Amino acid sequence: MSAGDPRRQQGAGWLFVTPAIVILGLFLVLPIGMALWVSLSDWAGRGSPFSGDVAFVGLDNYSALLAEPGLARQDLMLSFRNTFYYVVGVVPLQTVLALSLAVLLNNQFLKGRTFFRTAFYFPSVVSSVAISLLFLFLFAGGGAINNVLGWFGLNGPNWFQDPRGLIHLLGDGLGVWSTSSPPGWLTDPTVLGLSPWEWVAGPSVALSAIMLQVIWTTAGTFMLMFLAALQDLPTEVEEAAFVDGANKWQRFRNVTVPHLRPTILLVVTLGFIGTWQVFDQMYVMTQGGPAKTTLTPAYLSYQTAFDTGRWGQGAAIAFILFALIFALTTLQRWILRDKDEPRTSRFSRRRRRRRTTVQDETQTQAQTSGRLS
Amino acid sequence: MSTTTRSRSATSPSTSGPVGTRRRRGGQAVFYVLLVFFALLYTYPFVIQLVTAFKTNPDATNNALSLVPDPVTTDAWVRLFDSDYPTWFLNSTIVTLCVTAGRVFFCSLAGYALARLRFTGRGALFTGLLAILAVPGIVLLIPKFLVLNYLGIYNTYPALFVPLMVDAAGIFIMKQFFETIPVSVEEAARIDGASVFRTFWSVVLPMARPALITITILSFQGSWNELGHFIIATNDPGLYTLTRGVAGFTTGGLGSGNQYPISMAAALLMTIPTALVFIVFQRYFTQGANAGAEKG
Repeated sequence: MSAGDPRRQQGAGWLFVTPAIVILGLFLVLPIGMALWVSLSDWAGRGSPFSGDVAFVGLDNYSALLAEPGLARQDLMLSFRNTFYYVVGVVPLQTVLALSLAVLLNNQFLKGRTFFRTAFYFPSVVSSVAISLLFLFLFAGGGAINNVLGWFGLNGPNWFQDPRGLIHLLGDGLGVWSTSSPPGWLTDPTVLGLSPWEWVAGPSVALSAIMLQVIWTTAGTFMLMFLAALQDLPTEVEEAAFVDGANKWQRFRNVTVPHLRPTILLVVTLGFIGTWQVFDQMYVMTQGGPAKTTLTPAYLSYQTAFDTGRWGQGAAIAFILFALIFALTTLQRWILRDKDEPRTSRFSRRRRRRRTTVQDETQTQAQTSGRLS
Repeated sequence: MSTTTRSRSATSPSTSGPVGTRRRRGGQAVFYVLLVFFALLYTYPFVIQLVTAFKTNPDATNNALSLVPDPVTTDAWVRLFDSDYPTWFLNSTIVTLCVTAGRVFFCSLAGYALARLRFTGRGALFTGLLAILAVPGIVLLIPKFLVLNYLGIYNTYPALFVPLMVDAAGIFIMKQFFETIPVSVEEAARIDGASVFRTFWSVVLPMARPALITITILSFQGSWNELGHFIIATNDPGLYTLTRGVAGFTTGGLGSGNQYPISMAAALLMTIPTALVFIVFQRYFTQGANAGAEKG
């Protein structure tokens, strides 16, 4: 009997995948089932979650987090608010920085390209804990960043202790409102446990420092993706545009960017998936503070379960976060897919099919690399 | 992939006339200013880190930007080696080696089966794999703790590395790579009567060297830098890895005060293995970052 024998392949096939099934099943699929049960129970962390003392409470944990007024809902909404500003700040900036670095490195006259590429990419491979310690020092009250700001006559804040929101500060600076006595119409009613004044705060100074750190760290990985795509751009196309009299910016805008569209899509998708999961920096640097302005759903979930022993709520937050990330990536996919719908000629149908394949591929890549980073 | 092989200057049309030259000079100047700015932005923090590790505590706090320690001291390093840091370093090393060995072997086995072997349920397994890839890792913290606790292995060595020994993305990468190897290679071995495992081990696996190196590097980097899993797998300082132990430095693990020199030394030392692997295998890191981006 040789390896080509179907019965042999049947047995060997299952034998080959068994270690993977056991480990992924035991530490990934089974835990999700257990956590689902815990999120529907009142387990407080003592004994087994499956013992008779633990009661089934239905959707109580979810409703405490989403529907009923109280501290649980307020904290979750704060964490959503913080992460929303975090995502809105980090994703575009890291994409633009990554693209800029890639374009700089792609210059044909550049000498020492390997050095610069290494320098820009290196932070991406370093542990988030090591980078966080470094940034705690750089952004300290009398640290390097504030020293540099001092050269320009600026008084840097005490970054990681500063809970003031950037939009609050901006409004104050422009004379729209005063942060010490916010306008009454913004403080009175509450929407989902927070006043409009709290919703529009913007990222706090502390969160902004973390955002700068994350942008600085992750841009390198995305830069490599852009660089690979830029090198696929046929030289002839750009030259044709040059001969046609297009200037540098026009060539970039009308030749390079359309060519990079799939890569931009990939980078933005990865950015979304990654930023909603932010946890390490909060654990190491701020523990959610100051004034809960760096609280994120992932950190809140951990804190609720491990620090305060409300395991049901902690697990429920994890599922809510999962649903949110899933919904956002599906939505993004759907928006981008819909663009080609109306046309029906054979040509455009064929094009659409191609586009769809590219998108599916992008999605898989996003998932693969998302787990890698 | 390599950026250095590309050369466009020979075919690039050149701008003529004095105005064009001056404009291009201006463009070049802006280009180099930007490049130097970004290079400083990316290297200077690490220089500060290195220098600070040799400063005294007051010197680090008061002269954060200075590149000359005054006085030079190895005090931070002595204190670091007196702490649990060496234990954590050893733990990180053991865990990383186990995780990497496990991932390389198990992911290539499963990847090969999914790419090549015909068996009932293969399609369903692959669908399951794609579903697992879609689960964001961070939401698994509480679930993984529950199962470790339930199995009674919380606070044990195996809890640190066994759950990380298989990784869905690794299986996916290996599957994609095996699909690019021509079937004819295996058929020759099959005709000679080799068993499935033998064909896989002695014929196919040696051909998968680039993918294996990519998986090795991703596993090394992933497990050396992992934090979340080690937070939920143990609360025994004797079992801490570097990331878990050093993370405690910021929450009073060093006693009172900021202790910047010691935390810079700790961060620097844990970065060195990553840096060494990175420098030696840089080319493969680049591929790893784009893993899956190549069309299968």
